[in-house]
Amino acid sequence: MPVTLEEFERIYEGAVEDGQAPRGLFKQAYDGAVIATSYAEILLHQALRVHGPDAPLAYPDTAYFLPVITALSGEKVTKVGELPQILNRLRSQIREELTFENARRCGEATLYAAEIIEALRYLEGIGEHPEPWTGFLSDPVVRRYGIKLVDWTIPGQAVLLGRARSSKDAAKLVAELMGYGFMIFASDEIIEQLIEEDVKLGIDYIAFPLGSFTQVIHAVNYALRAGLAFGGIPPGQREEARDYQRRRVRAFVLHLGEIDEVKVAAHFGAIFLGFPVITDQEVPEQLKDWWVSHPNYEDLVAFAMELRGIKLTGAKVDIPLNFGPAFEGETIRKDDVHVEMGGGRSVAFELARMVGPDDIKDGHIEVHGPDIDQFKEGDRVPLGVVVEIYGRKMQEDFEGVLERRIHYFMNYAEGLWHVAQRDLCWLRVSKEAFRKGFRFQHFGKLLIAKFKDEFPAIVDRVQVKIYTEEETVRALLKEARSKYHARDERMRGLTDEAIQEFYSCLLCQSFAPNHVCVITPERVGLCGAVTWLDGKASFEINPTGPNRPIPKGPATDEVKGMWPAVNEAIRVSSNGNLEEVNLYTLMDRPMTSCGCFEAIMAILPEANGIMITTREHKGSTPVGMTFSTLAGMVGGGVQTPGFMGIGRSYLTSRKFITADGGLARVVWMPRELKEFLGQDLVDRARELGLGDDFVDKIADETIGATVEEILPFLEERGHPAFALPSLI
Amino acid sequence: MSPRHRNTSLGFAATAKQPGAKPRRDADARRTQDPAACELLEEAQARGITTAFDRFIAQQPQCGFGLDGVCCRVCLQGPCRINPRKAGMEKGICGAQDYTVVARNLARAIAGGTACHSDHGRHIAKVLLHVAEGEIGEENYRVSDPEKLRRIATRIGLETEGVAVADLARRVALAALADYGRHTDETCTWLTTTITPGRQTKFKHCAIAPTAIDRSITDIITQTAMGMDADPVNIIFGGLKTALSDYTGMHLSTDLSDVLFGTPTPVLSQANLGVIDPAYVNIATHGHNPTLSSLVVDAAQELAGEARQAGAKGVNVVGICCTGNELLMRDGVYLASNVAGQELAIMTGALDAMIVDIQCIMPSVRAVAECYHTAVIATNPLVKIPGAHHVDFREETALATAKEMVRLAIRSYGKRDPAKLRVSEHKQDVVAGWSLEALFELLGRIDADHPARVLTDAILEGEIRGVALFAGCNNLKVNHDQSHLAILKGLLANDVFVVATGCSAGAAAKAGLMAPGSYEEYGGEGLKKFLARLSQAGATRHGLPAVFHLGSCVDNTRAADLWTAMARELDVDVPKVPFVASAPEAMHEKAVSIGSWVVAMGIPTHVGIMPQIEGSELVYGVGTQIAHDVYGGYFILDPNPTTAVERLLDALEYRVWKLRVHRKAADRFGAALTAGY
Repeated sequence: MPVTLEEFERIYEGAVEDGQAPRGLFKQAYDGAVIATSYAEILLHQALRVHGPDAPLAYPDTAYFLPVITALSGEKVTKVGELPQILNRLRSQIREELTFENARRCGEATLYAAEIIEALRYLEGIGEHPEPWTGFLSDPVVRRYGIKLVDWTIPGQAVLLGRARSSKDAAKLVAELMGYGFMIFASDEIIEQLIEEDVKLGIDYIAFPLGSFTQVIHAVNYALRAGLAFGGIPPGQREEARDYQRRRVRAFVLHLGEIDEVKVAAHFGAIFLGFPVITDQEVPEQLKDWWVSHPNYEDLVAFAMELRGIKLTGAKVDIPLNFGPAFEGETIRKDDVHVEMGGGRSVAFELARMVGPDDIKDGHIEVHGPDIDQFKEGDRVPLGVVVEIYGRKMQEDFEGVLERRIHYFMNYAEGLWHVAQRDLCWLRVSKEAFRKGFRFQHFGKLLIAKFKDEFPAIVDRVQVKIYTEEETVRALLKEARSKYHARDERMRGLTDEAIQEFYSCLLCQSFAPNHVCVITPERVGLCGAVTWLDGKASFEINPTGPNRPIPKGPATDEVKGMWPAVNEAIRVSSNGNLEEVNLYTLMDRPMTSCGCFEAIMAILPEANGIMITTREHKGSTPVGMTFSTLAGMVGGGVQTPGFMGIGRSYLTSRKFITADGGLARVVWMPRELKEFLGQDLVDRARELGLGDDFVDKIADETIGATVEEILPFLEERGHPAFALPSLI
Repeated sequence: MSPRHRNTSLGFAATAKQPGAKPRRDADARRTQDPAACELLEEAQARGITTAFDRFIAQQPQCGFGLDGVCCRVCLQGPCRINPRKAGMEKGICGAQDYTVVARNLARAIAGGTACHSDHGRHIAKVLLHVAEGEIGEENYRVSDPEKLRRIATRIGLETEGVAVADLARRVALAALADYGRHTDETCTWLTTTITPGRQTKFKHCAIAPTAIDRSITDIITQTAMGMDADPVNIIFGGLKTALSDYTGMHLSTDLSDVLFGTPTPVLSQANLGVIDPAYVNIATHGHNPTLSSLVVDAAQELAGEARQAGAKGVNVVGICCTGNELLMRDGVYLASNVAGQELAIMTGALDAMIVDIQCIMPSVRAVAECYHTAVIATNPLVKIPGAHHVDFREETALATAKEMVRLAIRSYGKRDPAKLRVSEHKQDVVAGWSLEALFELLGRIDADHPARVLTDAILEGEIRGVALFAGCNNLKVNHDQSHLAILKGLLANDVFVVATGCSAGAAAKAGLMAPGSYEEYGGEGLKKFLARLSQAGATRHGLPAVFHLGSCVDNTRAADLWTAMARELDVDVPKVPFVASAPEAMHEKAVSIGSWVVAMGIPTHVGIMPQIEGSELVYGVGTQIAHDVYGGYFILDPNPTTAVERLLDALEYRVWKLRVHRKAADRFGAALTAGY
């Protein structure tokens, strides 16, 4: 049942206490809305005079037009000339009577005004910002952090507006928020304050310096796109969109520094979406739970989280470095490296293994060999990391699952950089991290803390051994390799046919309430982050959590991959939204998508094949759409035959759309994806008998980005898709 | 409810709105910092002469509605007084709200100021045209600076190669006059060709780039009539468009005045009432327009013999207000007083004639003159004073008319009453004449190709903290000259490079802040070092002052040219240039229009007199805070000189900080410098 206005607005009950309305505050909201909408009107009509009504208007790389307008009233604006009537409608809802309800309407009008003002900047060619400022955040950025939002790695969004009392205070607030994993939107001078203090900023750090003034709207159009992209909320369902924001986007606004009318009107825009506003100013009037003053920075973040109802679990990691998902995307340039390990530069490996209860001392860390301070700057250090785990419910199958987490956990520390895994791992420690006191034992500290925190049900005890002497590392590496080999053998045996249970994944339902992933041994979740073993481990950790086993039982269609048990599971889990699903085809009742897929595949009838594009690929594709545009069609838990969101590694699966002809159908993908899949793709093609040169028969953007451009290439190379039965 | 100014203090001192104190009745009419003025106010008291100082007291308390800007008189149903706290009175009879009324009154003040400046500019342009066309004889006016004429012509896109001076003068004059009445949609030439590309874009996007000066004045009067615009933002933007017309008229006025009368170069002179020498026939020229007064100077020299025959040593022309500044800048004529002291000059008993042209002429000069022998001569068809002489001044017969007036003064000299002589000893040496060209020549001693870079480098290196323009009037709501001097001294001591125009320059000159070498007394260590460096970099005829006199109030665009040059050197738009402006004693409507375009240009602008906008929180917020978000400039409204100094320094420090951080970001990310401010 759609949410009604009346139902939604119950959240505001009790804000005005005993009829003591903060009329001065409401007047500011009114004045601010007058200013914002009048300014938007002036800019808009000037743009119309200069560019004409048919001038195209768009934010870069989004499928949601002007998302504030798309989400709240449904108009899919593509031309300047469509805006006047929308702006006029919003202007007409600005009322003089000073009530909370009218202040929220003023806030809504201000959101529209800001969206129009900012979209016009792109029309005028002054929208783009140099780094680190972001301006509008494109759809791929929204999707990139989808998975972290849904699993609450990112516990909420903090919108920081204005200027803190000092740059140091700003840095401290942001470090605290980053430590908790918050997604941060910053606007106005707090950005300069953070740059001054060398705080890591930018898309890679989930800390977006948007710009100034009305550019704060880019936090709002980001949040509203989450509802459209993951929530499957149809455009224009205003109350649904607001309800989604209130329930699932756990945002709050911290307003730092002096306040003016436009800012207050914008605050009421946030309140209109269900987000509270906290100011650091002493103010004469407040609005209970919604617009409140809290001048003390010491517990400002805690206060804001409490107000928004964000509770954190998880232990503090006791290392001398900032720690949180914000730093996962951090790169450490060559000049900033103190020492590095692995990556072909020195011998290195990492191994997680289960041990018996008597072989482990919980929390124990051993460093064998010289510590980091005994190496010179620029040294390449041999490294062995062995994580030993005991747990009553631990299984050998989980070793690989846990071992892969080493990568994420290490990257969470500011100043540590980690890629790949096993004996291919490559690590860097920055000069800054070393200066702050990082020593090898801290690898152990952070790994122990995170393993116990994230896998409490299967990890009872952890100890970590670090080795830095080449001889020892080489000796242990042999042992590790035999372990890897054994695991790989086991994985090869893990086929869809060989096991009895699939796993559902409802992780994304926190944001995409009707979407269900069915995870099989040979089909990774579309986010690329959840494998069948992950699902299994997750179920062990929390039997009522996001992953539940689906005893698959007999299939009704072995080819397309339909199991009545799977249908029943998805029917229940999708709230009755989906009835049936086929696991091995994208043409008939395919799997749905939440929104955080790594790649999208789409049929290309002219080539009798399919094409794939990725979040990273910005250009157009042979179906005539960019990733963002395609993504706008497939998210939100809806079945869209012919299109599907997938994880990158699904391409090399033995169960890759087998009903449709499998890998032989693939006629186009970005070069970057080819390189990413590398030898695995070549091997898989060879296994299928498609020949050693199959990958070279797949077109990419260097061949062309339209059907016309790639068809001659495919024909010339003799692509096998032409020989397959017709797709449609 | 919230702090009502844009807080740019990097230390973030807690501040709150400082509402303008309503003027109170003050028993002491000797409210001045000027020792000469103080003596003469005592004289006035002794003789029972009423001055503006007395009348200010008599006017207290002034109307609160008027002070707040919520008194609406644009239609005959009014006056309506808006009182948001009183039921039924929140709106005028037509329903206009506080913000509409305040915005309208403000915009109309801008229109008034713009009309004044642009009329002045049109007059100069017409003189140049008539000179070029040979309608005015050489003996009256001529092109004195053909090089500047060429530079202007090149800037506005005219072909100069092989074009004779007269022809070029005609084309430039016509181009200037075209900026008054263009009927097509191109932006005014004198605006677009003198500002940064960033400002051009900004003004265009915001629809405030004027196409014709006269039209924007007409538009804003129309827009603010009864039953027209009610939208405060639209009215304010209309006001800004008018203010940019003001800029246009002012800029062309300065340009063409330089062409006709010469571009000022450093010149030594003196200032304050002590320059009125009883041994001479003393003539004060008062007002703003140099066309007449420059010929009075010529005529005075020619008729010195007649004066000697009458028993005087010769003819001593002195200046008051901005006519005084014009003559001081170009001819080194003594400056007797700024605007507040105009009546006092007569009370020296030694002033034989006061020739007035346009603007800031208090009708009271005639009444004071009644008690003395002084002949008050009005010369402009728009400026007549009952009981005063009126001479219909025309450019074609300018010199002859000037001579006629000097002779009148010589006759008047004979009627002096020795008993009424109250000559002042107070005067200060002044080195004036700092046109932008002169300033650049000075700065160019260190870097001839990039004179503005000498300033920006010194700022980035921390030797000086920025540049400040002091402008504006005297306003008897505060102690005469006190705010000017307190803020000037405060900024100098804190290493700010200061330029000044108009009556603010007058205050500085009278107080010795423009005396040769005065920077050594008033400058902070950094400023002293900087100016000593400039001083030693080349031969200086006169020692450098602490405050550089840029010209009359119509010459404020010289300062705009300076910040534009600095913006170019820094490769940023104006809102990032460490430059502030202050009008400590703003009074005239012209100050309102100047302040408005200075803000639109992107400069933090202090005003030491509360403008009549406190009746609308919206207008107040737009002016003091939100203007920054849109234009980069904003008003700092603060009558307290001590906190004003702090805020101006904060604004400079903040810009230097931002520049530094933006450069750091560009460096760290290998990206372009952000255009954000």
